[in-house]
Amino acid sequence: MNHTVIDAHNLVKVYDEKTIPLYALNGVHLHIESGEFIAIKGPSGSGKTTLLNMIGGLDVPSTGEVIIDGTNINNLKGNALIDFRLNNIGFVFQSYNLIPVLTARENIEFIMLLQKRSSKEINTRVNELLKQIGLEDKADKRPGELSGGQQQRVAVARALAPKPKFILADEPTANLDSVSAGNLLDMMLQLNIQEKMTFVFSTHDQRVIERARRVITLEDGKIVQDSAPKKITHPMYEN
Amino acid sequence: MIAKLSWRNLWRNKTRSLITVTSISFAVLLAVLMQSFQKGVFDHLVKNVVSFYTGYIQVHKSGYWKEKILDNGFLLNDSFQNKITRLPGVKGIVPRLESFMLVSGGSFTKGCMVVGTVPALENQLTGLQEKITAGKYLEANDRSVIIAEGLAGKLKLKTDDTLIILGQGYQGSMAAGKYPIKGLIHFGSPELNDGFVYMPLQLAQELLSAENLLTSIVLDISDPLQMESIQNNIISLSGEGYETMNWKELLPEISNHIKADGASLSIFTGILYFIIGFGIFGTILMMSVERKQEFGMLIAIGMKKVKLSLMLIQETLLISLIGVLIGILLSLPLILYLHLNPIRLGGQIAKVYEQFGFEPYFPTSIEPGIFLQQSTFVLIIAALLGLYPLWYIHKLNPVQAMKR
Ligand SMILES: Nc1ncnc2c1ncn2[C@@H]1O[C@H](COP(=O)(O)OP(=O)(O)O)[C@@H](O)[C@H]1O
Ligand SMILES: [Mg+2]
Repeated sequence: MNHTVIDAHNLVKVYDEKTIPLYALNGVHLHIESGEFIAIKGPSGSGKTTLLNMIGGLDVPSTGEVIIDGTNINNLKGNALIDFRLNNIGFVFQSYNLIPVLTARENIEFIMLLQKRSSKEINTRVNELLKQIGLEDKADKRPGELSGGQQQRVAVARALAPKPKFILADEPTANLDSVSAGNLLDMMLQLNIQEKMTFVFSTHDQRVIERARRVITLEDGKIVQDSAPKKITHPMYEN
Repeated sequence: MIAKLSWRNLWRNKTRSLITVTSISFAVLLAVLMQSFQKGVFDHLVKNVVSFYTGYIQVHKSGYWKEKILDNGFLLNDSFQNKITRLPGVKGIVPRLESFMLVSGGSFTKGCMVVGTVPALENQLTGLQEKITAGKYLEANDRSVIIAEGLAGKLKLKTDDTLIILGQGYQGSMAAGKYPIKGLIHFGSPELNDGFVYMPLQLAQELLSAENLLTSIVLDISDPLQMESIQNNIISLSGEGYETMNWKELLPEISNHIKADGASLSIFTGILYFIIGFGIFGTILMMSVERKQEFGMLIAIGMKKVKLSLMLIQETLLISLIGVLIGILLSLPLILYLHLNPIRLGGQIAKVYEQFGFEPYFPTSIEPGIFLQQSTFVLIIAALLGLYPLWYIHKLNPVQAMKR
C-alpha cells in the first residue's frame, strides 16, 4: 500500500528580504508517495538544492510547511530535528559524503551506531548493504581508496542503513563520469524496486533523468512541469 | 566508535599532529625543568641557610625574637622538650642560650654573640665540628670555648689562649669569666667569622647566672614539606607563653627573595603556556575550518551537535595528553640525572657561594608535585581551548557548512 511520505504546501524561501528579495522557492506544492523514484531537474539556480534542503529538514522555509509522514517538521527544533533526520531521512550529497578516516563498512556502521542499534543488527544489515551495492570486497577500504562512483554507492548504502522513509540525493552524480553515473542510478533503481525505498534526487544530467519514473522541473523557484509517473524504459526493468 | 574516530582523526594530518605534540611536550619539558631547577636550587639554599644556624623551626618565650634579652628566656622544661623531640618528623633539637657580650684577649675587646649549646646536638644540626680549623671541638662538660677564626685574629688569640667574656647576666647580674680556647672555627661569611663564640650550655648558664635558662630551642626536621604542620603541632603543644617560628619568619629576607624569584619564574612559565595555548588553538582552528564540510555532513545525517563536540574535545585532550606524557617521559631522565649529578657552578659565583659555606651545586628537585602541576596546567589549557569547537559546532549550520 502506498502512502504519502512527503507533503509540502506552498513552500517559499526568500533571501535578502530587506534589499532585493530573491525567491529561491516561490510557492512549491509537492506530494510524494512511498515507493516513488523522482528526479528534480532544472537549470542551475532554479531552487533544486533549496527544495531538497527544505524537505530534508536542513533548512526552514520562509513560509509554507513540510509534513513528513504526518509530522510537521517545521515544528521540530535542535536535537529533536536532528533525531528526526537520523531516523526518517537518508541523505546523499554531491560530495563530502563520507568520513574520510573510517572504512566503507565503518561509515555505514556509524549511522546505525548513532541510532544505538545492537551490534548484531548492525553487522547483519551492513553485510547485506555491502552486498547490495556490490562492494563487499572494498568494505575495509577508506573513501580515499575508492573511486568517486564507489564512494557514492557507499553513501547510498549509508543513507539506506537506518531504514529511512525516503532518501534525498542532491546531484549525486555531478562528480561522476557518465558510466559511473548510470551505474549509480541503476543501483538506486534496483533498491527502489527491491527495498521499496523512495528516492528523490536532483540532477541536470539527461541520462539520469531518463531513468526516473517521475520528473519534476523547477524554474525560478517554481514547479513548471510534473510528469506523471511513467513506465521505465530501461531494459533492466521491463517487467 | 567515537574513540576510534578521535584516534584516527589525530593521525589524519600527521605533520600537524606531530608539530602540536612536539610543541606541547617541549613546553612541558621546559616548564618542568625550570620548576625543578628553581625548586631544587631553593631547597638547596634553604637547607644550607637553615642548617647554618637557624634550623627550620625555633621555639622561644613569647617576645624573645623582638627583644633578644635574657629576661625573655625560659626555663628548661624536660617534659616539654621531650614532647617536641617525640613529635613525628622532628629529627633533632638543640637547646641554646644566646647572649650578646664583650670578649677580650687582653689588649683588644669586641662585641660578639656567645652561644651556649649542647655540643653534640649542635653538631648534628649545623655540622659545627667540621668547621674546626685548629684545636678540638667541644665536649658537654668542657670548661672551655671555641671561637670564630676572624674573631680570634682580631683579638690576637690562638688555641689554648684565654678568652675573657664580660657582660650582663640574668636579671641584671654581672657576668664575667675566663675560658681557654679549645678550638677555632671557620665561617664563610666574614660577618659571622668575626662574631661567634660557642661554649657548653651549662657553662653559659653558669656564666650568665641563669641556671636552667634557654633562649631558644632549635629544631631539625626530616622533611621540609612538613614544616608547617610540625610548627602547628608545637604551637598547640606549647600553648601561650611561647612563640614558634619557622625559617620563613626567622629569615624573612631569604623567604622574600625566593618568593620574588618564584613570581618571576611564574611569569615566564605563564608566557610559555600562553605560547603553547596559541599553538594548540591554531591546531584546533585549522582543524575546524578544514573539516567544516564533514561536520556539516555529520549534523545533516543525524549526529547530535553535543556528540560531535565531545568527539572534538576528546581529540584535543588526547593530543595534549600525548604531548604531556612525552614531555614528562623526556624530562624524567634529564631531571633525575641532574638531581644525581647536579650542575656545579664555576667562577665568581662559586667563590661567593663557597665563602658563605654553601656548596655551589644546582641540583634539580624531583618532587612529583612539579610534574603533576605542570601536566595539569597543560591539560586545563587544552580543555579550555577545547571549548572552542563546542561553540563552533553550536553555531554551525549544516547547509552553509557543506557549501564550498
Ligand atoms: N544562502 C543563500 N543566500 C542567498 N541566496 C541563496 C542562498 N542559497 C541559495 N541562494 C539562491 O537561491 C537560488 C536557488 O539556489 P539553489 O537552490 O542552490 O539552486 P540549484 O540547486 O537549483 O542550483 C539561487 O539563485 C541561489 O543563488
Ligand atoms: Mg544545487
